[in-house]
Amino acid sequence: MSSILLNQKDIARAISRISHEILEKNKGAENIALIGIRTRGVTFSSRLKQKITDIENTDVPLGALDITLYRDDLGTGLQKPQLKKTEIAFALEGKHVVLCDDVLFTGRTIRAAIDALMDFGRPASVQLAVLIDRGHRELPIRPDYVGKNLPTPKSKRVQVHLKEIDEEDKVIIQEPVK
Amino acid sequence: MTETAALSQQNIITTKDLDANDIQLILDTADSFKEISTRAIKKVPTLRGRTIINLFFEPSTRTRTSFEIAGKRLSADVINISGAGSSVVKGESLIDTAKNLEAMSPDILVVRHNCSGAPSLISEFVNCPVINAGDGMHEHPSQSFLDLLTIREHKGSLKGLKVAIVGDIAHSRVARSNIQAMQTMGMKVKVVAPPTLIPVGIEKMGVDVCYDLGQGIKDADVIMILRIQLERQNQGLLSSLREYSNYFCLTTNHLSNVSDETLIIHPGPVNRGIEISLDVLEGPRSMILNQVTNGVAVRMALFYLLLGESDANPN
Repeated sequence: MSSILLNQKDIARAISRISHEILEKNKGAENIALIGIRTRGVTFSSRLKQKITDIENTDVPLGALDITLYRDDLGTGLQKPQLKKTEIAFALEGKHVVLCDDVLFTGRTIRAAIDALMDFGRPASVQLAVLIDRGHRELPIRPDYVGKNLPTPKSKRVQVHLKEIDEEDKVIIQEPVK
Repeated sequence: MTETAALSQQNIITTKDLDANDIQLILDTADSFKEISTRAIKKVPTLRGRTIINLFFEPSTRTRTSFEIAGKRLSADVINISGAGSSVVKGESLIDTAKNLEAMSPDILVVRHNCSGAPSLISEFVNCPVINAGDGMHEHPSQSFLDLLTIREHKGSLKGLKVAIVGDIAHSRVARSNIQAMQTMGMKVKVVAPPTLIPVGIEKMGVDVCYDLGQGIKDADVIMILRIQLERQNQGLLSSLREYSNYFCLTTNHLSNVSDETLIIHPGPVNRGIEISLDVLEGPRSMILNQVTNGVAVRMALFYLLLGESDANPN
């Protein structure tokens, strides 16, 4: 059983608004860098980049981060994830880095991502953009840009589907799979 | 939602145990690990608190250093034990050594030994994964993975490629591991050597045999040159090194007859001028240093994929 919480238009509007908020907060696109967390954070970040380019007519560096090696649950009985490439082809020094992920939940992924970023250099600041914030934080982490707040029971599953990977744009909520 | 990664094997003893999915997973994972060695801070916290023991009963520079660096870049504690400086010289048996190391709860054992089968024997007496880092004339699986990674990087894919392995096939663990792994990946292997260096019955492995270098490498996509093992040259298998090198040393003359796209790989250490000429060794088609770089990534991948449950499981 699943129901749709956001459709394609909702997602497009959220991305458009977040792009403007990023530009507003950082007073333009200069010194901004977007880094997406694999897998769907990367798609989200490249859409933000596209939008920011459209608005400001300027190029923003884009990177992709795989946080697998920084997870706190490796070797705890869960199956290991397939390791994907991390691609950050620019220096982080002086950059306002916007980390992008699809769903913010416990905050553990973001903790891992921040640790990973610090191994690459010393950004001027790190900000967080998420498409969905569903609460239930287990660490003191908060997003700077949120597509939609979705307070949901911890047991349910929230899934973001993005066209590039899942053929259509939608956010759904599912009963937990047993 | 996330793809998961698991090998079919607990130990890496022989490439025969691994299917195409396993090898694919090792190569893909290694490919993702390469980036870490290009960072300013070449370290990730993945194996923090884990212990890796390198147990080397045979001399090695490349392989031991490569395993050690791989472990350290993953934040593991790496301990090196060499045969010469260990209790082995006091007469301790292999199994006793292994059991005693096991009692100190290492997370992975990397074993090199001059006797074929030693790592496999050790793996029966310890609970942690064992990686064979070269055993006698048997196998050297991690070398074969780094060779395949190097080839795949330059050729795009492995399936259908033709490989000529040239040199001392009979004594080469690198050749055996590679023949098996390459065939698993759908590659076509030919061995090229004088008859005395080709083991009897090798056709049963499904390889072609050729006794002439020029003929053997003519249509190869990859030429793998093996080291002539100088320490084994008192067995009368070659009339002299000079004669071997007259017929089997790969030179620029040979390369004028093969495609510009042909890669040349060598597991090292190289005997310059005996199995490969200086200009070929340092020429543009030589992938020898790429192999060494890829070796670290491949070994990081093996450590990551073999990483077991931690004893202090919080759940």
